[in-house]
Amino acid sequence: MSKPIVATTSLAGCFGCHMSILDIDERILDLFDLVEFNKSPIDDIKEFTKMCDIGIIEGGCCNSENVHILKDFRKNCKILISLGECAIMGGLPAMRNNIPIEECLREAYLDGPSTKGHNPDGIMPNDEELPILLNKVYPCHEVVKIDYYLPGCPPRADLIWNALVALVTGDELKLPYEVVKFD
Amino acid sequence: MSDIVKFKIDGKECVADEGLNLVDAAKQNGIYIPTLCHLEGIKPAGSCRVCNVKINGRFMTACTTPVVDGMEIENSTEDIQELRKIIVETLFVSGNHYCPACEKSGCCELQALGYKFTMLVPRFPYAFEPKEVDAESQKLYIDRNRCILCKRCVRSIKSKDGKSIFAIKGRGHNAMINIDHELAAQMTDEEATKAMDNCPVGSILKKERGYYTPIGSRKYDKEPIGSDIEESVII
Repeated sequence: MSKPIVATTSLAGCFGCHMSILDIDERILDLFDLVEFNKSPIDDIKEFTKMCDIGIIEGGCCNSENVHILKDFRKNCKILISLGECAIMGGLPAMRNNIPIEECLREAYLDGPSTKGHNPDGIMPNDEELPILLNKVYPCHEVVKIDYYLPGCPPRADLIWNALVALVTGDELKLPYEVVKFD
Repeated sequence: MSDIVKFKIDGKECVADEGLNLVDAAKQNGIYIPTLCHLEGIKPAGSCRVCNVKINGRFMTACTTPVVDGMEIENSTEDIQELRKIIVETLFVSGNHYCPACEKSGCCELQALGYKFTMLVPRFPYAFEPKEVDAESQKLYIDRNRCILCKRCVRSIKSKDGKSIFAIKGRGHNAMINIDHELAAQMTDEEATKAMDNCPVGSILKKERGYYTPIGSRKYDKEPIGSDIEESVII
């Protein structure tokens, strides 16, 4: 039997969840025995080359590109996992959800301490090549169907390891108290 | 002296003083009933509903129910735990609970209940409603994004002449916690710390105190909420 195929991505996240995947330390060698990686920053494969079994999503959706990639993952992965607080509830990027988007952009490009007085023409990024910001940051499961959730900021390496092994081997998932945390 | 009564929780024989509320009565018998709004020694409010138990087939809040002789209580059945989990999830989506950025994280009772019930994701959509932060007081600030309106602060924190330092402003959906800045200015450091500690979430925080305890040594990092009660039997 061929090995299950895993794809991963970071949307509106900080790559901390991916760092936590690497925190499984030497078990990464066992992981490569268990699964094959496809589209992922871990092997730098940029596009899906085949149908995947497990898609791991870090980060929520803050712009149109995030939504596009997330939908692409849903189409190309049989199982999707929301990894970390940002994928699950928007996380720190969602702290902008209660601030009007214009105010956010003004603070970033016109009125912020490092931009005030340095942008006399009042230029804001507005190129058709750039993804458009959404009205707010959305948790992944409010955009596509998500099958499993692994909370944490970042999720503990043991949680990621336990979940992947359980999913691949079909064994029961163990969730000790210390590994399920929201921070 | 009040009478001692016998009652059962999930079939276990228990004893307590008659009329004591069920949360404290259970605690004396080494049984944990989860709460968010209840504070021992303060008149119960029954506002959070997390302490729901089943008595004679009916859901009742344990903190507002006095124990009587022969009472049979269901506490940890699957449907009750599920109901409590739903309440916790509702609280998580109705506020703006960014645990990774919260000073109370690791010591937060709402978060600890999320851990206890292994909440991986709330089943309801997030509301993301705008709430205001009041940082005007010298010693405390109030972050209403995290407030669950338990009224612990209203009930337990008073000025020297008995006035409430905190109060609820508005009703229903518009209800929010407010602080009397004049009275708050007279609070001692100990009183401000007590206000912070009594808050079950990170809504009332003492200034210049954030992230005091390192990750790994915080209250609920290793032990689930209520495990101290389940380990010790006073009677």
